Parts: sequence; C-alpha cells; structure tokens
Amino acid sequence: MADTDTAPATQIFHDSDHDRAGRVKWVAGRTAIYGILVFWTIVCLFPIYWTFTTSFKMAPDVMQGNLIPFVDFQPKWKGFESIGLSPRLLGQESTVRDEFLKRFMNSAIVALSASALAVLLGSMSAYGLSRFRYRFGFMRNPDISFFFLSQLILPPVVLALPFLVLYKQLDLLDTRIGLILLYTLTVLPIVIWIMRDQFQSIPVELEEAALVDGLSIWGAFVTIVLPIALPGMVAAFILSLVLTWNEYFFASLLTSTDAKTLPVMVASQTGSQGINWWAMAALSTAAILPLVIIGIFLERFIIKGMAAGAVK
Amino acid sequence: MAEEGDRLYVVTADEISDRRRALGKLLIWGSFGLLVAMFAVQWLAQAGTLPIDFASWRPTLYAALFWAVCLNVAQVVLYGERGKRTLFVLPAALFVIFVVVFPLIFALSIAFSDWNLASIDGRKFNGFDNVVQMWNDPFYWNSLKNMVYYTAAILVEYAVAFGLALILASEIRARKFFRVAFLLPLMLSPVAVSWMIGKSMLEGRFGPIARLARTLGWDRPAFFSEPEIARAMIMIMDAWTFIPFMMIMLLAGLQAIPREVQEAARVDGASGWFGFWQVTFPLMLPVSITAILIRIIFKLKLADIIITVTSGGPGGATDSVTSFIYREYRDRSNVGYGTLLAIVYLVLIVLAITLFMKLVDRWMNPRY
Repeated sequence: MADTDTAPATQIFHDSDHDRAGRVKWVAGRTAIYGILVFWTIVCLFPIYWTFTTSFKMAPDVMQGNLIPFVDFQPKWKGFESIGLSPRLLGQESTVRDEFLKRFMNSAIVALSASALAVLLGSMSAYGLSRFRYRFGFMRNPDISFFFLSQLILPPVVLALPFLVLYKQLDLLDTRIGLILLYTLTVLPIVIWIMRDQFQSIPVELEEAALVDGLSIWGAFVTIVLPIALPGMVAAFILSLVLTWNEYFFASLLTSTDAKTLPVMVASQTGSQGINWWAMAALSTAAILPLVIIGIFLERFIIKGMAAGAVK
Repeated sequence: MAEEGDRLYVVTADEISDRRRALGKLLIWGSFGLLVAMFAVQWLAQAGTLPIDFASWRPTLYAALFWAVCLNVAQVVLYGERGKRTLFVLPAALFVIFVVVFPLIFALSIAFSDWNLASIDGRKFNGFDNVVQMWNDPFYWNSLKNMVYYTAAILVEYAVAFGLALILASEIRARKFFRVAFLLPLMLSPVAVSWMIGKSMLEGRFGPIARLARTLGWDRPAFFSEPEIARAMIMIMDAWTFIPFMMIMLLAGLQAIPREVQEAARVDGASGWFGFWQVTFPLMLPVSITAILIRIIFKLKLADIIITVTSGGPGGATDSVTSFIYREYRDRSNVGYGTLLAIVYLVLIVLAITLFMKLVDRWMNPRY
C-alpha cells in the first residue's frame, strides 16, 4: 500500500525546502515500491527456477542445497535422462520417453480439443444471446445466460462419481473423448462470459449493413463478427487451455492407462520411488514448460480474457 | 446478468409449407422414438428378457446424439430463419443438458443407495442411511469447517492482490516484465506446484525454504506435521497460484477508473491513504466483489494440492470437501455415499453463494 502516498504528480514542485522533504519521501517510496516488486518477482519465479535447476542436479547437489548452476554445481542431464529427453538418449529407443510423450500427447489433445469445442459452442451461444431474443419455455435470455453461467458454481466433485458410473456403462472410462466432454463443460461458462462481453462491444450496425448487403445471419456471423471478435476468442481459448491442461481431479478419477494425462503422471510419480528429485524436477519442468511459454508470449491475451468480466 | 447488448432485429417472411412442417415434426419425434426404442431394447437386454448381449450402453448414446442432431436440423425445417437463429444457442444448451442436468438427476438417484463399484452386488437402495452416516461423520464436518478457513483466506489473498495491482497500475519501469512474472504462477498446474513447492521446497531436510527456516532459528522445520501449519501451507500454495488471477482482474478495474476522478480527488486534497479509501476503493468495489466471488468459486473446488501433498493429513486437518470425497471413494469405492456428500456440498454452496450475492448486492451497484 506504500505506493499511494507517492503520487508522481508531486514531482511538479522543485524549489523550496518543503518540497525537498517531499523528494526524500518520494525516493523512499520508490525504493519501497521496487523493493516490493523485486520481492514478489522472487516469490513468483523462484519455485520455477528451483524446479528447472534441480532437474540438472545430482544427488549431492540437492543435499548441499546448491543453487546456482556452473558456480555451485555442474549441470548434468540426469533428470532429463529419466524421461528419455537428454541429448544422449534422443537418438535411441526409450520406453520412458514413449511413456512421457504418450501422456504429453494425451494432455495436448484433450486440452486443445476441449478448448476448441468450448470456444465454438460458447461463441455461438454468446453471440445468439447478445443479439437475439429467445424463449425456451419459461426461459428468456437472462435466464438462459444464467443457466450457462451458473455451471461455474458446480463443484467438479458433484459430477465426478455419477460420471464414473455413467462412463463405465457407456464404455467411456479411460478415453480421451470422455475427458474432452467433461473439460468442455468446465470451461464453457468462462468462454461464454468472455465472449458475451466481446460481442456486446461490437456495434450491431455492422451486421445490419452486412444483412442489407445480402448476407445471411450465419454469413454475417462467420465473415463479419468472428474476425472482429477473434482476440476475445483467442483469450478465451488460452484461458481454457490453461485450465484444461492443468486439470487433475477428473483425470485421476476417470483415466487409468490409455488416456492418462500429464498431471496424473506427475502426481503418480511423487510417492513411488523415494526422493528422486532430479527426475521429478525434470518431469515437472516438462509439464509446466508449454504453459510457461504461452504465459510469456501470449500474456496480453490472458490478461484480456480475465479482464473481460471485471470491467463492464 | 440482466443487462443486454444491442439487439439485432431481423424480420423474415417464413412461409413453412405443411409438408415441411410435417417433415420437421417427423424428424424430432422419429429420432426420439428411435432413442426410446433403443433404450427399451437395451433395458430389456440387461434385464435378461431379450437374448441380445450389449457390451455397453453406447448404442443408446448414439441414438441420443442422433436425436440431438435431428432436433437441431428440425429447427430450420420447422421454423426457417427463426430456427437458424435458435441454432446459435441450442447446441450449447443441449450439450449442457446432456452433461450436467442428466448426470445431476442420475446423481440424486445414486445418492440414496449403497453402491460399491468394486463388488458385484451392484446398487442397493438404502433410503436415508447415507444421510444418517453423513450426520455422524466427523470427518465430513471437519472438511466443511476447513473449507470455511480456506475461504476466509481469500481476504488476505485479496489484500495482497490489491496491493500488487495498485503497484502495477502506478508509474513504474519494466511494467510488462513484472506483469508477466507475476502472472506465471497462474499458468502452472496445481499438481506440479504441489511437487515444486510442497514436496521439494518445503521438504524438511534439503528444501530451500526449510534451509531458510533453519538459518532463521527454527531447529527442525516440519511444515506438514502440525495441523495449523499444514493448513497454512496449503493456503499459501493455493494463494501463490491464484493471487495473479485476482491481481489481473483488479488491475483491469484500476485501469478502467477515469484518471480525472483521481486527479480531481487530489486537487481537493484527498491524496495518499485517505484518497485511496475515499475514492479508489469505493470505485473498485464492484470489480472487487466480482473477483472475490469468482475466487470463492474456484476455492470451493480446491483439491489437487491437498490430494497430492498431504492427502488430508495430519488427521484430516487439511482436508477440503473435494479431497475428502475423493479419498472416501478411493478407499472404499462407494459411489453412493460420496455422491450424497457431494450433493449436500452443492446445496450448501448454492445457499452460501446466494446469501453472499444478496449481502454484497448494494456494493455491486454503488451510487456515486
């Protein structure tokens, strides 16, 4: 909270002693602000740094608490060898790598398809709800919106056990399709939330002009509205991707061998073989790396997506 | 949620011939008949009346999908242009009905039964036995109590997130770098976080935080053996991942406040602490409530970290409702009891959130 009394506007004054006192206060305030910023950056980044470097450590390095590569310890590929991804093993056959890549692909396929499906269904219904009047029985537009958004409240545990039983009957246990359906459901309300905001900010005159020029409603939606709403769709897609890629609860209940995803693999390794730190660190690094990269390069889309609901 | 965007008014001459209307009705009811027939056949086959052996209920699922497709097509056949407008919403609505409403009804039916998936007996209806069991289950109430603690921790998260958002919104250098750095924890999977922090950095002998604690004078740091400390650790790990989420929402809110408002306040002499409480904070109330509400919703789903780090221990001190039900199912594979607990939890959540919305309603729509 220290920053509020360091409004930059006090800089306008320079001359009298009174203001010089203000200058000292300003410098102190700046220092405090940057101190907080650096502290929080360390809080945020140190665990990532720790995991990344640990994946290159040997057992003694871990025990001595060496932190800085090349200075404290000599990086080794031991950790990545345990998932078959070290330079030495890349050319060879490796069962651990196949296992890892299988889980990785499962996660990728499930997360990408669920996000795509959610963005497709969500954009369509958000557009419909922001442009047309509906009546399904007693439900009008606000009710339908509420029906969709209220799914957000539903805790996954309520659906987990019924789905376990239903999927068993339907032979969908341990399949990627089964996971995709559930994941789509969990992110659909968020997509609708973001996209509704997007479409409401697009002037309706655009579509009116398109309709006058002879496009159908769906033609106007696909060729005029969607390209404008594309940034919002990307934001919704990435946010969905983050949530579905990291999902653990459903995956651990509903998958066992074929469709097991990366988080389940990470979780199942923790207890099994003592403290095999370098292997776990390498696996964790590989599991978080795709999203860290997305976070660094597509940060503005994520922020845009999350800001959608905040500002009306 | 009641506000509406600009409406697109379209007037179309839909002249639907009688034959077309009949075709549409035929599509809906024909495919629905097929679904019912399929279901009946499978039901009878399962009961042993029919000599067909189905491997799974997939055929019924396909019939249901076929019916859903026909229902969509029939909208256009029956209502023409108006039907095409319905097509925007209908697929998503059908999807949600299939994956939520139907399983929820199914959940209600298994909540009152004794159903051990591991045994071959199958399902036994047992009335209110599960309710009685729940009433006498101290661990369930304990996990509910923990959820109250966990939810209360959101206030601290909110304060931290607000502080960070204020700093990020002020005049600082390298704003983009700090924003990306602060955002990163949100991208990490809770399972990875629970290993990265819970199992390695907080590990008693070699973890860097344990080392730090030792140099600060805590002889034998153990983060997961005392109930209070363990709970606090879970809160901290969860906060670490989700503070960026609130921070970004609050930052967006701060940036949406017109500069003039704050400048006018400063001219009037309201600066610093006073200006924050009198001007910025009231303006931020609607955004704050939205952020806290969404955060509460996410917090109520908290499970991954607990399952992977402490599995509820020590003595259930860190259990959330979700992790408790998960363990209950894993240990005894009884879906009936677990489902009842989950449904009670859902009812409590809906009540609590409705109450919360009512309480904060006047802050959501402040008068300026």
